[in-house]
Amino acid sequence: MKRRKFIKYTLPTIALPSFLGGFNFRALAGGPILEALQRGACDPDRILVLIQLNGGNDGLNTVLPLDQYSNLALARPNILISESKALKLAYNPATGLHPAMSAIQNLNNEGRGKILQAVSYPAPNFSHFRATDIWLTGSDSNKFETTGWLGRYLEKENPGYPEGYPNAANPDPLAIQIGSVLSPALQGNVVNMGMSITDPSSFYNLITGSADPTPNTPYGHELTYIRLVAQQTQQYAASVKNAAASGSNLSTLYPATGNSLSDQLKIVAKLISGGLKTKVYMVSLGGFDTHSNQVQSGTGNETGSHATLLGRLNDAINAFTDDLKKMGKGEKVLTMTFSEFGRRIRSNGSTGTDHGEAAPLFMFGPNLIPGMLGNNPTIKSSHAVGDNVPMQIDFRAIYTTILKDWFCVEGSELVDIMLKTFNTLPIFNTSTATEETQPGLEDELLAPNYPNPFADNTKIRFKSQGEKVYLVIHDSLGREISVLANQYYPTGTHEIDFVTSDLSTGVYYCTMISGNYKKVIPMLKAR
Amino acid sequence: MNRKAFLQGSLKAFNGPESPKKVIAPEKLYENKVLPSFHRNLSGLEPYTGLFGDAEKLHLLRRTLFGVRKTDLEALKNMNVSDAVAFLLNVPSTPPTGPLNNYTTLSLIDLSVPLGSPWGNAIYGDGTINAARRTSFKSWWTGLILNQETNIREKMTFFLHSLIATETDVIGDARFMYKHNALLRSYALGNYKTLIRKVTVDPGMLVYLNGERNSKAAPDENYARELQELFTLGKTNNPNYTEDDVKAAAKVLTGWVNDRNTIASTLNTARHDATNKQFSSYYNNKIINGGTTQSAINAEIDELINMIFSKDDVSKYIIRKLYTFFVYYVIDAEVETKVIEPLAQIFSDNNFELKPVLEALLSSAHFFEANTMGGYIKTPLDHIAGTLRSFELHTKPANTTVTDLYAYWNTIRATMAALQLDIGDPINVSGWPAFYQAPQYYEIWINSDTFPKRVSFCSVLMNNGIRGTKLDVLAYTSTLANPDNPNALINELINTHLVFPLSQKQIDIMKAALLAGQSNDSYWTQAWTTYKANPTLAANINNVKPKLTAMYTYFFNLAEFQLC
Repeated sequence: MKRRKFIKYTLPTIALPSFLGGFNFRALAGGPILEALQRGACDPDRILVLIQLNGGNDGLNTVLPLDQYSNLALARPNILISESKALKLAYNPATGLHPAMSAIQNLNNEGRGKILQAVSYPAPNFSHFRATDIWLTGSDSNKFETTGWLGRYLEKENPGYPEGYPNAANPDPLAIQIGSVLSPALQGNVVNMGMSITDPSSFYNLITGSADPTPNTPYGHELTYIRLVAQQTQQYAASVKNAAASGSNLSTLYPATGNSLSDQLKIVAKLISGGLKTKVYMVSLGGFDTHSNQVQSGTGNETGSHATLLGRLNDAINAFTDDLKKMGKGEKVLTMTFSEFGRRIRSNGSTGTDHGEAAPLFMFGPNLIPGMLGNNPTIKSSHAVGDNVPMQIDFRAIYTTILKDWFCVEGSELVDIMLKTFNTLPIFNTSTATEETQPGLEDELLAPNYPNPFADNTKIRFKSQGEKVYLVIHDSLGREISVLANQYYPTGTHEIDFVTSDLSTGVYYCTMISGNYKKVIPMLKAR
Repeated sequence: MNRKAFLQGSLKAFNGPESPKKVIAPEKLYENKVLPSFHRNLSGLEPYTGLFGDAEKLHLLRRTLFGVRKTDLEALKNMNVSDAVAFLLNVPSTPPTGPLNNYTTLSLIDLSVPLGSPWGNAIYGDGTINAARRTSFKSWWTGLILNQETNIREKMTFFLHSLIATETDVIGDARFMYKHNALLRSYALGNYKTLIRKVTVDPGMLVYLNGERNSKAAPDENYARELQELFTLGKTNNPNYTEDDVKAAAKVLTGWVNDRNTIASTLNTARHDATNKQFSSYYNNKIINGGTTQSAINAEIDELINMIFSKDDVSKYIIRKLYTFFVYYVIDAEVETKVIEPLAQIFSDNNFELKPVLEALLSSAHFFEANTMGGYIKTPLDHIAGTLRSFELHTKPANTTVTDLYAYWNTIRATMAALQLDIGDPINVSGWPAFYQAPQYYEIWINSDTFPKRVSFCSVLMNNGIRGTKLDVLAYTSTLANPDNPNALINELINTHLVFPLSQKQIDIMKAALLAGQSNDSYWTQAWTTYKANPTLAANINNVKPKLTAMYTYFFNLAEFQLC
C-alpha cells in the first residue's frame, strides 16, 4: 500500500477525534481533512466480489418492469413470467423480480441489495467475446485495451508489483479468481494482478496438501509429486492456506451440490473469514446465453434454464450474504453481478432470447442507498425483432463510483484507471452527519451548484427528506441533458458530481423534484 | 558462487527475506522417502507388438531426443517399431563442426582464430580467450542439442556425460573439454569398453581426475577409484573391489601427462610405476606385471580394463544406469529379472557394444507399456530445449551472426543451468543426482526453486521472448490441424505435448479459457475464422490472442507438462 493511502485511511480513525472537539467543520470545508472525514467510512479492508454471469443475462425476465407488463406480454408472450408470480420490491413496487430470486428480493427490501437498471455503454457490441472484453477492460466500444479495469486499479495501489511481492505489508494475493483461468479484468500493464484457483477442488487440494487421484504407476506417482510441489510453490500458497485454515463458513445455507457459483462463493467467504487481505474476488456462473428453451413451456414460464440459473444465483447470494453476516464481515464486502449484455425485448420462436443491449445488475452489501437506480425500461406496444433496452447507466460510471466511494480512490487517479471521466452515481450512502454544517441548505432542499460558473464538473447538493429525488439537467432549449438522480434517498444531505466536460458552454438548468418540492437553479458552463 | 552458496541462496529466496518462520520446502515434504513400489506385472525384453501409433512414436522420440519436432514424428511415418528404433539408432559417422570463435570483439582478439572459425585445435591463447572458449563450448553443445537431427546421438552423448562426468571449470582448457566431448559423442553408440579405455588417457579426464599428477613418486588414486566406482562397477556389489585394488589400479595408470601444444596426452615413462600390481580376490588375485616402455605400459592399461570388464557386475551396472536414464529409476526385483539381467547379457555377449542393448530396450514390450510411459520427469534439457524444439522454436534464421547465434544458445544454456543442469558442468564427478540419488531420483529436478522457473520459462517465451525467439501463440495455433474447433485444438495440443490425455475437468478449464466462459463452441470458431480472414486487424488479434495465451498459460502450468 502506498503511504498516501495509509494516511488517508488512518486519519479519520486515529488523528481526527482530537480535532473534532476543537474545530468547526465549516472551518475545514473544502480541505483535505474534510474530504477524508466525508469519506470517514472508507475502510482499507473493503472487498469487492464480482460475479460474472457469462452468456448475456435476460434482464427483462430477471427484473420485470411491472408497469410495462401488458406491452411486455406482447413482446415476449412465450417466455414472460406471470405478473402475479413476480416478487415485488418494497422500494420500487412497479418492479418485480423473477420468482426464483426471493432471497435477492429480501436483500433489496432490507436495503442490503440494490438494482442498477439498464446498464450498458454507448454503441454496444453483440459479440460475447468483444462485449466481455469491453466489460472487463472498461474500454469504449470502438477501442481495444490490453489491461483490465481492476488490473489498472490494483497496479495503481501496488506500483512495482510483482517485484518484491508478497511482503510484510501485502502478504496476500491482490485479487483471486475462482473457477477459471485469470480474468482479463485483472490484467495489469506488466502482469496479471490476480491469483487463479481454477476450480474448487484445486483449492481444497491446496489447503489439505493433497492432489487429485492418479493411477498407481510411475506416471501417476510423479504426477502427484509435481502437483503437490506446484501447488505449494504458488506465490501465495502459504497465505491462502493460512487464511483457509483459520477461516470457516458459518452459514448452513450453501447448497450441497449442483451450484458451482455457491461452491466458489463459499471459498471466497472462507478466505474472507480467515482474514485474507485480498481486495478483489472474481467468480462466475455460465449458461446465460439463452437462445432457446430459456423457459419450460406449460409451467407458467417459471421453470427452465433461466429460472435454474437465477435460482443458483439467488441461493448462492443467500448463503454468501448470510455467511458474511454471521462472521461479522457484512460491512466489508460489496458484491456485484454483471453480464456482457442483456437480451432483446422480443423473445424468439425457440422460447429464448437473442443478444441484446442494456440489462440490470445487482449489488449487495453495506452503505447502499436503498432502492433501484434508474427506471423500469419503457416497453412499447410494438417492437421490431432487433429492438433493445436502451442504456440508462454506463457500466463505467458504476466502476468509477465503486473505485471512488468503495475503494476511496482519489479523483485524479480515477481517470487513469477508468481511462475517461465518468459521473459518479448515487449508489453509496457516503454522507455522514454533516447536514447541519453544510451551507446553503437552510431553507431549500436544492442548493446552488458549486463551482459556478464551471468548466469540467460541478457539484450539486441537495437534502432528502427520505423520499424519492428526481434531479434532471436541461439546456437552454429545454432539451434533457442528463438525469442525475431518480430514486429514493435517505434523509440527509447528498452531493452528486456532474461531469460537464462534454457540454458546450452556456446556461443549463438543474431541476429537483421530491414530494411536493420543486426547484430549478440556473448554472453556467464557461470555458 | 559455489554450488552450496547457490543452493542456500535459492532456499533463502523461497523462504523470503521477511518470512518470520522457517518454511519447509515442499519438495522435502513430498519427495520419495523410500522408493515407490507398484503392483506390476511387467513385460520384459520381448519385442513390442502392440499398436505403434503417434502416441507410441512420440514416447520413443521423447525418450531418445530432446523434445519432438513435427519432422521427427513424420520421419517415423509408416515405420514399425524395429524400423523406427533402427532409424533413431542410425547416428551420423561424421562429427559435427566444432565450436567456433564467437567471442572476438574489438577488445578481445584471438590472433590464431578468426571470428566464425573453429578453435578446437588452435593454440591456447590466454586465460581470457580460454574463458571465452569455455562459454563458446557450452553454447555450441546447447546448439547441437537444439538442432539435433532425428537420432539418438545427442541424448546418448548427454547420457555418457552424466555417467562419465567432467566439469569445464575444473578441466580449464576449453580445447581439452571439447576433445573429451567429441570422444563421448563419437562413442554415443560405440563400444563402451573401448570408450573407457580411451577416456582413461583422455587429456580432459587426466586433468579432471588428476591422472596427469599420478606418478610413481606421488600416486593419485582419484581416477583409479572412479574408474571402478562410477564408470564400471559401482559401489554396491558384494563382494566388490577393495581399497588395495584402487591403489594397484592407480599404479597402473601412473606416468600420463598432457601436452598443451599438441592437445594430447603423452606417456612419461619415467613417471610410471614399473612394479607389479597385485589385485584382490575379487579380481582372482590378478597380478599386472609392470613395464617400462610405452607399449608395455599401454598393455598394462589394456590388462587393467580387461580385468575390470571381465566382471559380470560391469554390464549390470551400466545397464542399470541406462535403464534409469531412459526408462525409470525404480529397479525392483521384477525389473532386475525381466529387463536388467537379459540386457546385461546382451551387453556382455556383444562385447559392450551399446547399440544392440539400446535396440533391444527401445523396441521391447517393456519400454512401451503404460507402466513405464510418462513417469520420466523432464530434465532441464528436455524441458527447455525440448519445449523449444516441440514448438519449432529451436532454430535461428540462417543469416544470424555467429555472435548472436552463440549468445542465444548461451542464454538457453543459462536458463537450463538455473534449473540445476548446467551442461558441461555437472554437480560433481557423480554427475547429476537425479540419475543416482536414491530414493528421490528424478524428483530432484522439481523443487520450490525450479518449478516456478520452469513455468516462468514458458510464460517468458510467450510474452517477452528470449533473445528474439518468441512463442507466437497465433502462429503456433495456426499450424494445428483444426484450430477453429476448440475441442480439436485442445486435443491436438494434449496429444502432441503430453504423454496421456488430460481429465475432462482440465479440458473444460482450457476450453473455458478459449471460450471466455461461454458455453457454445461456435463462438471460438467464429472468432478464429474472423481472425484468419484478416489476421493483421488488431481487433481480430485482440479477440483471439488473450484467450489463447490464457489457455497456453494454464497448459504450461500443468504438472503433466513436466513429464515425458
